[in-house]
Amino acid sequence: MRVLAAMSGGVDSAVAAARAAEMGHDVTGIHLALSRNPKSYRTGARGCCTIEDSNDARRAADVIGIPFYVWDMSERFHEDVVEDFMTEYAEGRTPNPCLRCNEKIKFAAVLERALALGFDAVATGHYARLETGADGLVEMHRAVDMGKDQSYVLGVLTQEQLRASLFPLGDSRKEDVRTEAERRGLSVAKKPDSHDICFISDGDTGGWLQEKLGERVPVASGEIRDHATGEVLGTHEGTYRYTIGQRKGLRIGRPAQDGRPRFVLDIEPVSGTVTVGPREELTVDHIAAFRPRWCGTVPAEPLEGTVQLRAHGDEHRATVRVSPGSARDGGDEVVVELHEPAQGIAPGQAAVIYDGTRVVGSATITAATRRRRHA
Amino acid sequence: MTHPTTTPDAAGGGGPGAEVYLDHAASTPMYPEAIAAMTEQLGRVGNPSSLHASGRATRRVVEESRETIARALNARPGEVVFTSGGTESDNLAVKGLYWSRREADPRRSRILSTSVEHHAVLDSLQWLEERGAEVELLPVDRCGRLELGTLREAIERDPESVALVTVMWANNEVGTVQPVAEVVEIAHRHGIPVHTDAVQAVGQIPVDFAATGVDALTLTAHKLGGPIGVGALVVRREIALTPLLHGGGQERDVRSGTVDAPAIRGFATAVELAVKRRPEYAARVAALRDDLLDRVSEVVPDAVLNGDRDCSLTNRLPGNAHIRFPGCEGDSLLMLLDARGIECSTGSACSAGVPQPSHVLLAMGADEVAARSALRFSLGHTTTEADVDRLVEAIAPVVERARAAGIASGFGPASSATAKVG
Repeated sequence: MRVLAAMSGGVDSAVAAARAAEMGHDVTGIHLALSRNPKSYRTGARGCCTIEDSNDARRAADVIGIPFYVWDMSERFHEDVVEDFMTEYAEGRTPNPCLRCNEKIKFAAVLERALALGFDAVATGHYARLETGADGLVEMHRAVDMGKDQSYVLGVLTQEQLRASLFPLGDSRKEDVRTEAERRGLSVAKKPDSHDICFISDGDTGGWLQEKLGERVPVASGEIRDHATGEVLGTHEGTYRYTIGQRKGLRIGRPAQDGRPRFVLDIEPVSGTVTVGPREELTVDHIAAFRPRWCGTVPAEPLEGTVQLRAHGDEHRATVRVSPGSARDGGDEVVVELHEPAQGIAPGQAAVIYDGTRVVGSATITAATRRRRHA
Repeated sequence: MTHPTTTPDAAGGGGPGAEVYLDHAASTPMYPEAIAAMTEQLGRVGNPSSLHASGRATRRVVEESRETIARALNARPGEVVFTSGGTESDNLAVKGLYWSRREADPRRSRILSTSVEHHAVLDSLQWLEERGAEVELLPVDRCGRLELGTLREAIERDPESVALVTVMWANNEVGTVQPVAEVVEIAHRHGIPVHTDAVQAVGQIPVDFAATGVDALTLTAHKLGGPIGVGALVVRREIALTPLLHGGGQERDVRSGTVDAPAIRGFATAVELAVKRRPEYAARVAALRDDLLDRVSEVVPDAVLNGDRDCSLTNRLPGNAHIRFPGCEGDSLLMLLDARGIECSTGSACSAGVPQPSHVLLAMGADEVAARSALRFSLGHTTTEADVDRLVEAIAPVVERARAAGIASGFGPASSATAKVG
């Protein structure tokens, strides 16, 4: 196959490209330039987006012995990922830009261009496994290394996208990938793992949003209220600085009457109100989500499986139903009944649905509520 | 007669060695004579500034090389200042002239240039602008040529305030030749010195330093069959330049640093050959280029030639074919051709491999999409009819494929791209 290997400059994508080449594929490496004005050097623990990272990717391609190019995806990335990230926060939701990037950039804009240019597949360094099921469909499963499993951020991929994807690292453990990188002479072998959001270079999401959103948010500052009494406990400098379930950084001067910690329960961007209360008020067991994307066939029957509600989050046992046409945008709604309640579920995040280790699909959370009283 | 093929490369397999190299404007293969002269010198010891026999022998090589280059360009040996290449020569000319002229008369704050200069000039100008210089980038016509009237106007508005004029001899992207002699004539009427970046011109079209009257001229070895990393600024003796590099004062006290005698020897050998062979070379390469243009437009009828359609030597560099392929992304075309062993360029501007739309094409009136859809093929002394054949064979299917990938991918509105795949 002719394979396009997306190379971030990190160790995973370098080894993935090397393995694809070793499998006998005709591999071409590309680095996606996602920023119009990339910084020269890496700061902190990021694995992409600087010229240094681009050079690391180029050097890895040299060592592997494959052609290498840089594709400028900065405008698309800005429009589809960065703008969306800002809008979601401004509207009081908590987006996951990595899912968005996979959905719109890596496995869409890049994949489409690759196919048009005569490639058969795109290979990445994601930790997830692909298998062909009995029905002939390509199934995506959690990685062998559960600590590195990235099937959550790939939950947006459709069958058509999965058919043109290669994840050569799905059966490996991270430490083995590093050892292999060293053995292959890839200089990125010891490069630290990337964390957080690639386009926020110092990791300060609140500060970044404050700078970027500026006047775009209707109410820049607002009140922090108690959920039960409605009492104003303090003020804040922007709802986008908060996410549901957050405990730190509330800056409420005095403790609660019962002395227990308070958490963000609700964010109302129009009035600028952040509602706080005790932990148990975060407890939910009913989740509604929209814009589903299915990896294979749409589950016709209620599905007894698990859901994961945030990156590196726990698996929750759940019953998942698809309700055609009943989402607020007129599309299908996904209703998730959690068998055990969960806490701190934020609208905007993705619910990724699993059947065992297999990813069934994903949907964007619109609401999380408590329906039942648990013992 | 057939010869047994010993390497797979020779069979056109696309491996190293089989490449059709159509990127001479980026770097030209060295003449074997230049390699021989340079490598011979690499085996000899001696700092040209040393006073002993070895030093003197090295110095002699440097000075003979200087004389050779001067002779080829109709300059005096004392006017040739060796540098590390085109970028340094441009920096030295633009900054050095500006500083010395400004020092002599603080009213001289303006620099006149064109919007299609090489980045070595443009970025130097921008750097000076950030430090108080007034830079005026004069517009060009659709061929990329400076309109002399605008230069005349800009000077006559306030001649006393112009520190220098810098206009390239020939453009590195679209190959347009500038009216340098006329620029000199206009500027000199007001006593204003002129620098020209002749990196692309030397060895391609006649370059006569003395006859043109330019005050400073940039050239570099690796665009004319010499090694990478050496070049020269030819500067008239009476022109004062403020140095960029301070130290031993080796080159006329204008450029310090031990001169690279082996590279300079290779450089001089290449300049001499390139200038001597130039008439025959230019005729041969221009004919190949014209053939390339004719045949590419036969197989890709909507291909458009950028730059001057009058391809005579007075207007356009003989080896330059800058072609727009509507509906294609230049990057896609380059990658697809590269995979078939055909090497060309999308333009000159490139930071960390991130392509920016060419400032030259934009200055010539192209929109961003048009600017992104062009390729530069630059032919040179190693180019053969077989190279043109290979390109003509490959180009139509490559264009068709690149067109399918579209120019919007990665740039256009967000909607369409996901719909097809997802």
